[in-house]
Amino acid sequence: MRILSLAGRRLAASIPTLFLILIGVFLLLQLAPGDTVDALMAQMGGGDAATAQELRKFYGLDLSVPAQLGNYLWHLVRLDLGFSSIYGKPVATVILERLPPTILLMTASLSFAFFFGLVFGVIASRGVNRWPDTLISTLGLIFYATPSFWFGLMAIVVFSVYLQWLPPGGFEDIGNVQTGIWHVLDIAAHLVLPTLTLGLIFLAIYLRIMRASMLEVLNLDFVRTARAKGLDETHVITRHVLRNALLPMVTLIGLQAGTMLGGSVVVESVFSLPGLGRLAYESVVQRDLNTLLGIVFVSALLVIIVNFVVDLLYARLDPRIATEG
Amino acid sequence: MDAVKRYFRSPAAVIGLILLLLVIAMAVSAGFLYPRDPLALAGRPLVWPFSNPRFLLGTDNSGRDIAAQIFYGARISLLIGGVATMIAILIGILVGAFAGYYGGWVDNVLMRITEAFQTLPNFVLLLVLVAVFGSTLTTVTIAVGVVSWPAPARLTRAEFLSLRNREFVQAGKTLGMKDVQLILGEILPNALPPVIVYASVVMAVAILLESALAFLRLSDPNVASWGNLIGLGRDVLRVQWYVSAIPGIAILVTVLAVSLVGQGLNDALNPRLKSR
Repeated sequence: MRILSLAGRRLAASIPTLFLILIGVFLLLQLAPGDTVDALMAQMGGGDAATAQELRKFYGLDLSVPAQLGNYLWHLVRLDLGFSSIYGKPVATVILERLPPTILLMTASLSFAFFFGLVFGVIASRGVNRWPDTLISTLGLIFYATPSFWFGLMAIVVFSVYLQWLPPGGFEDIGNVQTGIWHVLDIAAHLVLPTLTLGLIFLAIYLRIMRASMLEVLNLDFVRTARAKGLDETHVITRHVLRNALLPMVTLIGLQAGTMLGGSVVVESVFSLPGLGRLAYESVVQRDLNTLLGIVFVSALLVIIVNFVVDLLYARLDPRIATEG
Repeated sequence: MDAVKRYFRSPAAVIGLILLLLVIAMAVSAGFLYPRDPLALAGRPLVWPFSNPRFLLGTDNSGRDIAAQIFYGARISLLIGGVATMIAILIGILVGAFAGYYGGWVDNVLMRITEAFQTLPNFVLLLVLVAVFGSTLTTVTIAVGVVSWPAPARLTRAEFLSLRNREFVQAGKTLGMKDVQLILGEILPNALPPVIVYASVVMAVAILLESALAFLRLSDPNVASWGNLIGLGRDVLRVQWYVSAIPGIAILVTVLAVSLVGQGLNDALNPRLKSR
């Protein structure tokens, strides 16, 4: 319970941050050329000034900026993110529809990067400065420098165009809707390349951190004690070293949550996945500022939630955190 | 001098430096080698690389020389990467120095703002900035700088926190030095090395951010940039994949070079950590 209250306190502390972000971005968007009504009028194919005036009044855009901000925040408390004139639906509905592919993609990429980062990091640290280490570290450096969208495009060329193993984009096979297990497999096949693409840079970061963290923990006294007790090497690594070496990795998940969400904007555009990131891109191109603000809110919220979960995980891995202060 | 020797003892650091110099040479020589506008039509569209000696790397969808665009693109990437990094480091040092030196409510307020910037995914913020201020070379560069400052700010703050109570700072205070003098003249020079090393990370990320933006066609379309070319090549990806492949390699090499140099500098300046 102590863990929960500790993490809960940090969660509460992030609420002012969330408001700070919203107010900042709201004010920033006031500087944007054109507003919702302009976008709407363009969509309708133009109209006279009187109609625009009428619409502005309807959307509350004729009020002063502080009043508009107050209005927005008041609606937000009731989970109302406003109305998207481009999609003709409430922003909250539009975002909710787009959320599942992004969350699926992020979870898959994170698992991929975490698992292989861990495995490669351990392998590299076991043979430090010998060829497996050199090979893995070099690959890590190259993956880190690879632009994700370019890797995605090249993966499409190789796996979709030449080998024709995997679909080049989309979330599911639209022409041939499957049911049950086949539907799941279909989505999985569509997510293989995006997952690899988004996960690549994080794989590079994780394996580097894991390697450094393993090397550090391997030198600590309790590892020597464990060896002196006569434990075999596998036991020492899995039971003693790994658990402690994992801590920086878990911290990194929280720190990288935002970067990963940002990366999904690009990856979803490459693979035309109907997710939150693609929605962010579309709302910039279509000047749908209400939706953009909603996405800012939801993505900040997602990052905060991930950090909350990381806090809980962290306390499980390291009981000292829960008992302290 | 020891640090220089240590730097050149690491093969990875030397390779990084050579690659970086190569990219810089490309940027410098673009004007002599390709005096014509890189975005002007040069020949038939979609000529494959190495098939026509006039276009060593082929031409893109609209018949523009890819090699020329790669050379001029080096200028854009280095320019945006460099200037954005300077902006980010400058803001970061300013915020970090004030927060770390004064502590108390100044620190509290500044760290809240930093936290806000770190909670919002930086690419999403970049999209917002581009949506508001448009996508010219200047606005994109500033925007990339503005989303990249929180990490250097935290680093500077940590350095200042550990330095501000040292004896030489106390001595300066007793001598009656002003806060500005202490911050700029005494503490900052000591806090700077790790921040400068970190600048390589910021620059690598800045180059990647700009190229991603350009790929989405949200960066300046009127300059020859690698990201623009990759975005353009996407339309002909199925057959003429080389249009996208070549500029991607250029980005990879540049980011790799910057990271290797940064890593080399780090190891050379902190020899005790090198064993990791």
